[in-house]
Amino acid sequence: MTRFNAWNVFVNGLTGQKGWSRQWRDPEPKDHYDVVIVGAGLHGLATAYYLAKKHGVTKVAVLEKGWLGGGNAGRNTTIVRSNYFMPGNRAFYEHSLELWENLSHELNYNVMFSQRAHVSLLHSPAAVDGAARRYNTMQLTGSDGELWSLDELKRNIPHLNYGPNARFPIIGAAVQRRAGTARHDAVAWGYARGADGHGVDIIQNCEVTGVTREGGQVTGLETTRGTIRAKKVGFAVAGNTSRLWQMADLGNLPIETHKLQAFVSEPLKPLLDQVVVFGVGGAHFYISQSDKGGMVFGGDLDWYKSYAQRGNLPIVQDVAEAATSILPCLGRVRLLRHWSGVMDMSMDGSHFICKTPLDNLYLNAGWNYGGFKASPASGWYFADLIANDRPNPVIANHDLKRFERGIIIDERGAGPDPKLHG
Amino acid sequence: MIRIRCPFCGERDHSEFTYGGDGSIVYPALDAPMEDWVKAVFERENPRGRQLETWHHTSGCRAWLLVERDTMTHEIFSVRLAHEGAGRVIEEGT
Repeated sequence: MTRFNAWNVFVNGLTGQKGWSRQWRDPEPKDHYDVVIVGAGLHGLATAYYLAKKHGVTKVAVLEKGWLGGGNAGRNTTIVRSNYFMPGNRAFYEHSLELWENLSHELNYNVMFSQRAHVSLLHSPAAVDGAARRYNTMQLTGSDGELWSLDELKRNIPHLNYGPNARFPIIGAAVQRRAGTARHDAVAWGYARGADGHGVDIIQNCEVTGVTREGGQVTGLETTRGTIRAKKVGFAVAGNTSRLWQMADLGNLPIETHKLQAFVSEPLKPLLDQVVVFGVGGAHFYISQSDKGGMVFGGDLDWYKSYAQRGNLPIVQDVAEAATSILPCLGRVRLLRHWSGVMDMSMDGSHFICKTPLDNLYLNAGWNYGGFKASPASGWYFADLIANDRPNPVIANHDLKRFERGIIIDERGAGPDPKLHG
Repeated sequence: MIRIRCPFCGERDHSEFTYGGDGSIVYPALDAPMEDWVKAVFERENPRGRQLETWHHTSGCRAWLLVERDTMTHEIFSVRLAHEGAGRVIEEGT
């Protein structure tokens, strides 16, 4: 693997770009691995990377039914932030943001992490009070967060709809300056290249069709490319977790699969320097501008359970209405593409990184809306769990038994209804 | 758009309805053990394929419906009223 540095870029620029090698191999699956991770999305690849890099576990395979990063890794709005509030989530997402801040150097791969600030619009005194509580908590726990007055917001983003006749007039904003966006494909490719460089086999077009058990142990996986035995198995297949769980004959999970759409417009000249979020009175909308100029935005779930990776039209209309209500200047902008991903919506809106009823099976699931920003820490803590066979204290309550213990990590206070945890 | 055939109102766009959730859940007795309640409130089969689910005709007759639908293709196999007594009256006339 050729390292990326100024010298190599310069030399290859003079020699017709002939000196670059493949970024990762395309190996045949072996019969046996120490650890097999199912799912070569961001979380699975990050897990393999940290297993190899940090824990020295290199006999690892990552199995992917399609192509690397072709699921939700390529179907998100690339927002990275850590403005979480609940104990457990707070430390977890802050750690993730810290990993993001050094990720391009860590991977020797430009993930284009841009800390352009995440601006949540506020529309009522109660919302300002709620944001003050949350953002003060963030400051007290070593993160950054601030409240902007209306004047400060207008100075920073002059073209939002500040009209007095707006249905929900804007009165201020809660801001995390260290938050921002990243290039989603680069994150998948960077982790894949890094893991592969440490000897991890990334096996694409390899769908798991069965889980072989002996008593309380997983012994191997049946796949479309043959049987693969493993000492330890990790599931990181958000969206399809329940199906894999039932292949292992483990029953039901506190998860429902829902789909979420996202959109990108035709490229525009620089228009929006921040990630802007609008959420009030049933509306939910978030928008940023990619480096290519496209406005990248999204809204609510499609509101009914679905495994179909395609969206419905009422949400297209909802999102377009939200877009023009806060950024009326987008009224004539044309939509370039829209897509939909399926995600694990959990019963309290928080994730699972935990041991399972089987001794050598580990679960990484339930990422709801928030899987992209979580990827580095998700891989970090999942690798830590698999290597050491015990949960790190930070994720001690992110297990499947928390509901029985009465520990509900519900940021929104929405209750046990998966579709409401958007 | 999914089209749902409401027993009262006929076939309508799904945007008139609100999705409820898994319609196959049977809640345990009030004095049942805690484990049974944890299962009923928090755990879901989450099938890819045919599932029984509830929908509320919020912008129509406001009846709760039990819909059998494929969660992959969105094909609808059956729709009936969730209220058993009312459902019987609709279907059998008594």
